[in-house]
Amino acid sequence: MTNASQNVSAASAPGKEPGKGSGKDAALSTYTIALAGNPNAGKSTLFNALTGARTHVGNYPGITVEKKVGQVRTSDAVLNVVDLPGTYSLTAYSAEELVARDFLVEERPQAVVDVLNAGSLERNLYLAVQFLELGIPVVLGLNMMDEARKMGMVVDAKRLGELLGCPAVELVARTGTGVRELTAAATRLAKERQGRWKPVEISYGPDLDPVLAEMSAAIMTKSFLSSRYPARWVALKYLENDSQIRELGVQADPVLSAWLEERAAHVAAHLRTTLSTYPEAVIADYRYGFIASVLKGGVVTRDNLGDRLAFSDRLDQVLTHKLLGPVLMLGVLYLVYQITFTVGKVPMEWTQNLFALMAKLVEGALPEGLLRSLLVDGIIAGVGGVMGFVPLVMLIFLLIAFLEDSGYMARIAYMLDRVFRIFGLHGCSVMPFIISGGIAGGCAVPGVMASRTLRSPKERLATILTAPFMTCGAKLPVLILLASVFFPDSQAQVLFGMTLLGWAMALAVAWMLRSSMVRGEATPFVMELPPYRLPTWRGLAIHTWERTWQYMKKAGSMILAVSIVVWAAMTFPGVDEDKAASFEAAKAEIAAKIEAIEAPAAPGTAADSKDEAPALGSEAPAQGEEAATAQAAEPEGLDALKEKLADIEKREAAEGLSASLAGRLGASLEPLTRYAGFDWRTNIALVGGFAAKEVIISTLGTAYSLGKVDKDDAAPLAEMLSAEGLTVAGGLALMVFILLYSPCFPTVVAIGKETGSWKWSVFSMTFNTVFAYGLAVAVFQFGTRLF
Amino acid sequence: MPQSRPLRSLKVGDKAIIAQVNAEGELGRRIRDMGLVPGAEVEIVGRAPLKDPVALRLRGFTLSLRNNEADNILVATPEE
Ligand SMILES: Nc1nc2c(ncn2[C@@H]2O[C@H](COP(=O)(O)OP(=O)(O)O)[C@@H](O)[C@H]2O)c(=O)[nH]1
Ligand SMILES: [Mg+2]
Repeated sequence: MTNASQNVSAASAPGKEPGKGSGKDAALSTYTIALAGNPNAGKSTLFNALTGARTHVGNYPGITVEKKVGQVRTSDAVLNVVDLPGTYSLTAYSAEELVARDFLVEERPQAVVDVLNAGSLERNLYLAVQFLELGIPVVLGLNMMDEARKMGMVVDAKRLGELLGCPAVELVARTGTGVRELTAAATRLAKERQGRWKPVEISYGPDLDPVLAEMSAAIMTKSFLSSRYPARWVALKYLENDSQIRELGVQADPVLSAWLEERAAHVAAHLRTTLSTYPEAVIADYRYGFIASVLKGGVVTRDNLGDRLAFSDRLDQVLTHKLLGPVLMLGVLYLVYQITFTVGKVPMEWTQNLFALMAKLVEGALPEGLLRSLLVDGIIAGVGGVMGFVPLVMLIFLLIAFLEDSGYMARIAYMLDRVFRIFGLHGCSVMPFIISGGIAGGCAVPGVMASRTLRSPKERLATILTAPFMTCGAKLPVLILLASVFFPDSQAQVLFGMTLLGWAMALAVAWMLRSSMVRGEATPFVMELPPYRLPTWRGLAIHTWERTWQYMKKAGSMILAVSIVVWAAMTFPGVDEDKAASFEAAKAEIAAKIEAIEAPAAPGTAADSKDEAPALGSEAPAQGEEAATAQAAEPEGLDALKEKLADIEKREAAEGLSASLAGRLGASLEPLTRYAGFDWRTNIALVGGFAAKEVIISTLGTAYSLGKVDKDDAAPLAEMLSAEGLTVAGGLALMVFILLYSPCFPTVVAIGKETGSWKWSVFSMTFNTVFAYGLAVAVFQFGTRLF
Repeated sequence: MPQSRPLRSLKVGDKAIIAQVNAEGELGRRIRDMGLVPGAEVEIVGRAPLKDPVALRLRGFTLSLRNNEADNILVATPEE
């Protein structure tokens, strides 16, 4: 996770190493510049315009907030640009805000570029003011000047900069206008200030100013937390009840900290009794008052606010309309699903074919044996299974990026929040659910990752843990197969029922979690509805690629190890020596017979072919005829023998599987799974399904001695399952179990990474399996009595 | 003297001025961070299909919040 920062220091090395690079390069100084701003202010767009493709994406240590680092080389400096999470404020309430604050305080970047949406300067400056109060060198980037201008707004950036005492640059991040000026201004400021902080003091009125002065004086004399924060800022945070600063304070100087807390409590009580307000409210009032006075001082001289948002408002009248809104939303969600799985199917088949081809090549190149089995059945099948999803995942991410960048995602959350809140979730939970297979056929890995758009930690956790209940694209073929066996006349209805069951269970479990393990107040919904904008191709491409690459890294690295483990579990220890010998003997016997049949033709041709090799081809038909006559004479024909040989091989594979670790596990679980109607063979397949759900079909195939079963042509398996006496109730129980049991391994990894704790990975594996088992038993027991 | 009433009672299209924000803790902080402080002008621009989150226009942008969150906000409407 520290990758990104390491990469950066490595990348900046040439500047310090005279031996490398040109002489001019050696003189360049390196500065760290942080990019900050409100969500939707255009930070990502600016970051991409600044750094191009040379970026590293990682996470801030310990949490899932993304950290992007890129580099800009100008004629006189090298800038390492760090993209801070988008925030509205610098309080200690959300992970994003803490990350931004800690980065500024601990890494001490030489300058912060605050990206502002010129169209809503007032609110955007609220964060800027907090940077100024912290004292860090700030460059204001007034972004979206094109929009502002077009709609008749006149903003004077220079005047704004003068009033706030920091450089201000007009930007259109989307086209790159002003980006050069911005880098120049940031470099100049970094040089000038040399990392010195100059806190700006804002007046907080007659009630707070005196006590702030008193508190800061005490803080100053004791040098309390002074290595990191300005004194007045610390005092302000005590008044604001900032949990992080108070904790740090207690560690640094308990006595002073207690005194500061006492002063803060005193002021709070005073404000409550005299003005029935809170210190935080007063502070926010004065900050906004300060901003208003700055803006009135000749910064914004004309603003036709109504016109500016008129287009967006008109769209909203349709897109969030009482009746039309939900209908259109369903349409959009359906379209997302359709595009993904119709368009995505094609490249997905290519990748799958590519892996199939690789498997063939390896199969041809290596002799039969463990190594070949490991490569083909273990590694290529496992890694291929995950990588096969890459095109699909990419397309999903592209569509999500479109919905997000256009502003529609926020509307989806807005419209659905009332429904999701009932279950302790958030309007934004809908997208992870849909991607995970809420419309049958998604994938839980990108689904879990899509939960990043949720800013509320508890709702996010509940979403992550329940999204894997959906009918993902890997469960789908298994469910289709089972439906075709047990409900041949009502396949579609049964599948639809399974999709609904997935939703019902996801919501029910979310509700359960939110009233037990993930209990807590609903996170406030207070959310901006950004104006509709047409996304740029570049922005879409970068978003899509970043997320896809993360999926590939995450899934790819772990899946290799797991593929090998699962393969080993299904291969070793294998059948015992006697059995193996008897299989070999049986095979040898039949092989000998086949040879014997083919033999009569052999001597003649072999003799001829010694000097007439080219003639061999022309003699082949004759050879075939001879074989045919031999076949007619022999009761055991050549074809029958070959079939017999294949049969033995299949039986050998089945025996091998049943003697393997996975097989023994399956058998030992049978006493338990009997109540749900599963026998040991089903159990093995379910164990294998942990690697990837689509493996269930092929494993069932092996277990039922059918050899390799293709998931597109599973008719023989279907026949076998019904012939082996799996009842309708058993089939239904199996479908329910497959829908709900432990997420597949890549998803489990994604859960661990996204929640920042492997505890939740373990939880989802065990809880889901137990939960699915309970339901499956209920279905089987009830069903057996019913049918 | 204009009357104070809860933000929830406003209809789509109504304009008002924030009089008081009675929320502490995280909710209060978030509300204030977004600029919902006394004196700010707001206009109700819409309600979600199920009537619940409400969409407001203030300070040049659109904000949505839930009804129970809006209950913490008192507004003053010019007398008609
Ligand atoms: N008109 C206009 N749109 C912009 C500009 N900069 C960004 N955008 C758009 O604003 C939306 C949000 O931008 P993004 O960079 O994702 O914002 P972030 O949330 O701050 O990272 C996207 O649709 C961008 O294409 C700009 O200068 N002008
Ligand atoms: Mg962004």
